[in-house]
Amino acid sequence: MHIDLRTVTIKPLRHTFDNIARRLGADKPATRYQEGTLDMQQTANFHYRPTWDPDHQIYDASRTAIKMADWYAFKDPRQFYYGAYTMARAKQQDTAEANFDFVENRNLADTLPADVRATVLELLVPLRHVAWGSNMNNASICAYSYGTAFSQPGIYQAMDQLGIAQYLTRVGLLLGGVESLEVAKTSWMEGDAWQGLRRYVEDCMVIKDPVELFVAQNVALDGLLYPLVYETIVDDVLSAKGGTPVAMLTQFMTDWFTETKRWTDATMKTAAAESDENKAILAKWVIQWRDRAAAALLPVARIALNERTDALVAEVVQQFDARLIKSGVPL
Amino acid sequence: MDMQVAKKKLGLKERYAVMTRGLDWVPSYQKMEDIYPYMSYEGIKIHDWDKWEDPFRLTMDAYWKYQAEKERKLYAVLDAFNQNNGHLNVTDARYINTVKLFVSGISPLEYVAHRGFAHAGRQFPGAGPRVACLMQSLDEIRHAQTQVHAVANYNKYYNGMHDFHHAHDRVWFLSVPKSFFDDAITAGPFEFMVSIGFSFEYVLTNLLFVPFVSGAAYNGDMGTMTFGFSAQSDEARHMTLGLEVIKFILEQDPDNLPIVQRWIDKWTWRGYRVLTLVAMMMDYMLPKRTMSWKEAWEIYFEENGGALFKDLARYGITMPKCAEQIALEKDHLSHQAWSTFYNYAAAANFHTWVPDEDEMAWLSAKYPDSYDKYYRPRMEYWREQAAKGNRFYNKTLPMLCQTCQIPMVFTEPGDPTKICYREVDYKESKYHFCSDHCKAIFEHEPEKYVQAWLPVHQIYQGNCFPEGTDPTVEGFDPLAAVLDYYHFESGRDNLDFEGSEDQKNFDAWRGMATKNV
Ligand SMILES: [Fe+2]
Ligand SMILES: [Fe+2]
Repeated sequence: MHIDLRTVTIKPLRHTFDNIARRLGADKPATRYQEGTLDMQQTANFHYRPTWDPDHQIYDASRTAIKMADWYAFKDPRQFYYGAYTMARAKQQDTAEANFDFVENRNLADTLPADVRATVLELLVPLRHVAWGSNMNNASICAYSYGTAFSQPGIYQAMDQLGIAQYLTRVGLLLGGVESLEVAKTSWMEGDAWQGLRRYVEDCMVIKDPVELFVAQNVALDGLLYPLVYETIVDDVLSAKGGTPVAMLTQFMTDWFTETKRWTDATMKTAAAESDENKAILAKWVIQWRDRAAAALLPVARIALNERTDALVAEVVQQFDARLIKSGVPL
Repeated sequence: MDMQVAKKKLGLKERYAVMTRGLDWVPSYQKMEDIYPYMSYEGIKIHDWDKWEDPFRLTMDAYWKYQAEKERKLYAVLDAFNQNNGHLNVTDARYINTVKLFVSGISPLEYVAHRGFAHAGRQFPGAGPRVACLMQSLDEIRHAQTQVHAVANYNKYYNGMHDFHHAHDRVWFLSVPKSFFDDAITAGPFEFMVSIGFSFEYVLTNLLFVPFVSGAAYNGDMGTMTFGFSAQSDEARHMTLGLEVIKFILEQDPDNLPIVQRWIDKWTWRGYRVLTLVAMMMDYMLPKRTMSWKEAWEIYFEENGGALFKDLARYGITMPKCAEQIALEKDHLSHQAWSTFYNYAAAANFHTWVPDEDEMAWLSAKYPDSYDKYYRPRMEYWREQAAKGNRFYNKTLPMLCQTCQIPMVFTEPGDPTKICYREVDYKESKYHFCSDHCKAIFEHEPEKYVQAWLPVHQIYQGNCFPEGTDPTVEGFDPLAAVLDYYHFESGRDNLDFEGSEDQKNFDAWRGMATKNV
């Protein structure tokens, strides 16, 4: 028997779950982001302490120095739950694929000026290791931070950075073959230009405070690296030298940074707005990690920028400061 | 998604290797043991992480593409389900209690799995297992969210799931699944992988996930069925990861064998005890049955699991000993569980009922050695009493097992007329257990299990009343106060299905579709 149920109009008993209604202040329809995020993490009556961290509960807001009355004050402006996230990335991936195809099918890689190709191999390919470090650091942020509103974007960021590491690997394979990956790794491990950055990334891996790690990795390092490498070096400097195909191969990173920066900014803004104590702690972390990141990026930027390095890095730092001040972090 | 390699063409395996482990390096500015601090305390010895065989090779570009395609289809079905009152297509409103059990008992575990795999995916020094774990972490948040999204529509029309997050952290029987996953995530990363990756995802998944999904399919629940099938290709990856973990650990060092064997023994039993909820769901809660719990156990554990353990014998792994006791319990488990919930229906977020005549006949046929002899008379008596207006609700709180946290309702192996009790004295206190296996798990790690947040103990200690409750006032009703603490609406969320709001509404709404009113 087929029943046509569409003809039935019934009044629902409620429009969303109680926890959401409490947060929205009324029982009204909620978005999928809200239903997939709010109160997803367990908060009470944990049965056992982690054998790997007996000083804390399984999820424990005291793993960070930042204090929030409500960790669901954080909101991802992108409203990413898994479905929205994967669909957004699949779309970007389509573009990236088309760009790679375009460059490959027209043999544009072979038309690159030798110095542009050399710069890409020397500068971009070792960055796959930096992205890999960010993958690990964002896994930490996801695992050890408190509340799904804060932790959820961590896993997306982690996997994005793995994706970026893989795109950079493809750039290396395309322009220099598998040997270029080995050369880049040697630079990463031993090259003078890279040791400050490698030390930075490794030092981040032992940060226990998930919000400090968020600042060190997503705010400070990426906040300088992406504008410097993708916006300044690739999009401006290399393009001017006939390196437009490179900009096509790294469009994912450029777009990605523009997008994720909305989330990092919103997160900083919410944490800073909470209290003067938070503001002070965030400012201390931002300054400390910004200075280290800027210093570590200098010799790397020099690979492409030569004598213009100091000026351009200073400019990027200035823009960075303006961004953070706008988010309410007193620098 | 594949690129044409300009220079040397890489094979799939090599290409995947440069895309994952090729990204990793041996740190020199920080020590390995500071970056990966949890690697040694469990006693597992790994000599060469490079021996890890990637169980699947999925780069992120391909991942995004496949998963987005699945999400698009899934949400299209959910949207249609919502628009077309899909909930009225289920066999009868009793089925919806399965959904309540699922969203309050199981979906929150998907979330813990997400966080647990993020933790494991950060902590292993091998790049291969890290990537596989992180991908699973990402999948698990998918499962948690798609389940909530699918159930959101039921919540609009039916009771019992309106505050399921709150319930999961508090309600007496939900501490069974919650403590199970809390146990896993608080264990070391290797034990987590054996408990969830292997025992849960590989050995027991067909007994947990599949019964719910096929139950949904049999009972006209398109929403649940669709997310279930959509999750299956993720599960396939998770299963291969679970198996690879076991093989990898065992191949690395012979000293790992006794540790892993103990974990498999423990987690098979822990998992099986959680499956008590599934057993009663299969035998009592699905209006249209898929198969009996006993049949499911025989096919998925005794046959399929038997073959698996034969395969693992080359590593020295043997079938967990608890399988013998489980075999003795399979004629009884679901009946004892349903009886318990029938008793405590005043304090649960779903309805219970006495099976009807046809269903009793089905139970007799599926359980010829036990149902008519031990359980039918009890249920017929309840039915008689209910007809006379004496629907039995037990208001006395049960003693719980310190390990699995299930009320001590299980019978002695081999004697279904005698309740099984075990106890241990530890540091001035007495601890109680439902079985030798739960007792043995406690004895191996007493410092862990003494921490358990046992709902009944907590109620008696006064920790499960709303803030500001004064239990000394005259006429204080402890059950009502506990239900308040659970955020249950007494009379709507709980009690018998017969006469419930769900029953009345479903009948009325379906009537609107099938009759001319
Ligand atoms: Fe799952
Ligand atoms: Fe037990």
